[in-house]
Amino acid sequence: MSLKRWLYIPVILIVLGLLQWACSALLLDGPIRQGPYYYQILILAGINIILAVSLNLTNGVAGQFSIGHAGFFAVGAYVAACISVYGGPGIHSLLGFMPGDAQGAALLVLAMIGGVLAAALAGLVVGIPSLRLRGDYLAIVTLGFGEIIRVLILNIEAVGGARGFIGIPKLSNFFWVFGGVVAAILIIRNLTRSGYGRALLSIREDEIAAQAMGIPVTRYKVMAFVISAAFAGMAGALFGHFTMYLHTNSFTFVKSFEIIIMIALGGLGSLSGAVLGAIVITVLPELFREFSEYRMVIYSLALILIMIFRPQGLLGNASLLGRKRGGK
Amino acid sequence: MRISKRFWILGALSASVIALTGCNKKQAESQNEILIGEYGSLTGATATYGQSTHNGIAMAVEEINAAGGVLGRKIKVITEDDAGKPEEAQTVVTKLINKDRVSSILGEFASSNSLAAAPVCQQSHIPMVSHGSTNPKVTQVGDYIFRTCFIDPFQGQVMAKFAWNTLKVKRVAILRDIKSDYSMGLANFFKQGFESMGGQIIADESYGQGDKDFNAQLTSIQSKNPEAVFVPGYYTEVGLIARQARKLGIKGPLLGGDGWDSEKLCEIGGEALNGCFFSTHYSVDDTSSAIQNFVAAFKKRNNGSLPDAIAALGYDGAKVLVDAIRRAGSDNPDSIRIALTRTKDFPGVTGAITLNENRDAVKPAVVLEVKDGKYAYKETVTP
Repeated sequence: MSLKRWLYIPVILIVLGLLQWACSALLLDGPIRQGPYYYQILILAGINIILAVSLNLTNGVAGQFSIGHAGFFAVGAYVAACISVYGGPGIHSLLGFMPGDAQGAALLVLAMIGGVLAAALAGLVVGIPSLRLRGDYLAIVTLGFGEIIRVLILNIEAVGGARGFIGIPKLSNFFWVFGGVVAAILIIRNLTRSGYGRALLSIREDEIAAQAMGIPVTRYKVMAFVISAAFAGMAGALFGHFTMYLHTNSFTFVKSFEIIIMIALGGLGSLSGAVLGAIVITVLPELFREFSEYRMVIYSLALILIMIFRPQGLLGNASLLGRKRGGK
Repeated sequence: MRISKRFWILGALSASVIALTGCNKKQAESQNEILIGEYGSLTGATATYGQSTHNGIAMAVEEINAAGGVLGRKIKVITEDDAGKPEEAQTVVTKLINKDRVSSILGEFASSNSLAAAPVCQQSHIPMVSHGSTNPKVTQVGDYIFRTCFIDPFQGQVMAKFAWNTLKVKRVAILRDIKSDYSMGLANFFKQGFESMGGQIIADESYGQGDKDFNAQLTSIQSKNPEAVFVPGYYTEVGLIARQARKLGIKGPLLGGDGWDSEKLCEIGGEALNGCFFSTHYSVDDTSSAIQNFVAAFKKRNNGSLPDAIAALGYDGAKVLVDAIRRAGSDNPDSIRIALTRTKDFPGVTGAITLNENRDAVKPAVVLEVKDGKYAYKETVTP
């Protein structure tokens, strides 16, 4: 990367900082009456974008059907929450010389690193044996993994078990969540446009042909899977530090399917499609709140209609964040 | 051309949806009503909880409005669905407080959803009344969070009192579920209460949720020859424990808490459960006129279906909150909060409700007896 491209990073940080300031001035303490409600939806949409974009790497780009994304999401959320709840006092006393906000930020970064690493490790452990298999087997293994994680958490007293994990500090905000969104989008976009990404596409299109061309299929699949799990872990860390409370009801296989719906809706394999899908899936049920008991019916109907009229997804194979990709 | 036609249809559909959304919004605007927010799991895996609650709350509010409302104004409840998900509970409570500007919040039944939403209410200084979250942590979130049901430890004391005063047993064994916070709470407080009255705990055995074989623990209990066994678990294991206990020759009654309260209990336990007792929130068979009137009115409103404990708790939660609004003399959230802290001996269908200094309800529990697959009302135990 040339120096000029590195300059993007401070620019992005400054823009995010300004937006964070605008959020707290306008939405949280400001003149807009529904502000905090919109802010809540905005943050949840951001977290869903990270989840959808990361799952898109495995399911869309590499063509491996994983349905346990909520499991990695949970691993990241609980590990990060453990770090800030149990390690928080120690880290605060260690960083006593810094102002309060900076201590919080440092703690969140540490928690996020922990969440990302734990989820990546879980991805590696699940990925290595199961990605040697093809087709439906991976789906079954990942589904099982998600449920195992959920049941495991239910039985760990230190993270609250069935009661749920309380007392997590509220550290994530617009800046961190959308910083995560930008990082996820940029990294995954660059990956898919690199030689590595093209190799993944070739695996999706024809695994045997890819292998014949000398691509180490299993290794590449595992790498994609681990990166995708790592970003899910990051989303989990941001989620736990936003809701301040974690319960396994947020991480059931229904959540995994919700993420799959996001990427299918946006257009499998399309990065901007994943972003759009995540936004639609977060905002649509809230828009339909006025219909009260018919809300879920209308929501499902809307999804069915979209899939009938746009079976290739809202954006299909097109990408707004780069040139149109090859392939089909 | 075909594709653009499809887009037109899609566009027209979404436009009509948005138009409908707009219409509904206008109807909701009203000045002279007292707004109360309700959140619950109307859809999702625990939808029965949310729907029962909603029936109870709706009936309470209809009664109040039919009697002229409160402070000369009608009550309007705005209900939002959280689909049983903690993060969605947080979102809808944020919506109710900031968009609808409700004066106070009712809900939730599940402790997990209450725990997610309570910090929002506390931060916004809006009182929240949970009708069914028995986890002690819920009201510890802050001084704006209340509950109108009893907490887990109380049931342990209730059964201790019942065993000592009514059954007149002196030697009791405990078989607890160590994987459940709920069971541990009940067992500890039962032991403490029973021993302080002069009783003897002769055995304290444990199992884990999901176990199928309890012969080892039950053999050890039987060798000590207890007069009764306290089993504060959930119905699945309790049913199996009852069968295996009878097979081993344990004669005394088994005792338990509201974790037993399920139709599945007798399907699993069968005749082995005859003559066993458990504590719960309320019973439709209670002969007091307040309960019988409530049951009759509920049946009339809901096409003959009986109110379950959750509906009765929801009904009481709404009535306690409205009573606080009446005593506060306004729908100012802070005044409502202060009035709620002074709730004393409110006559609810689930018993007289007093809120203590921890904002938890002090109220009686009912003890039911299992008789041939049915639950018969035995007695009411006051705190």
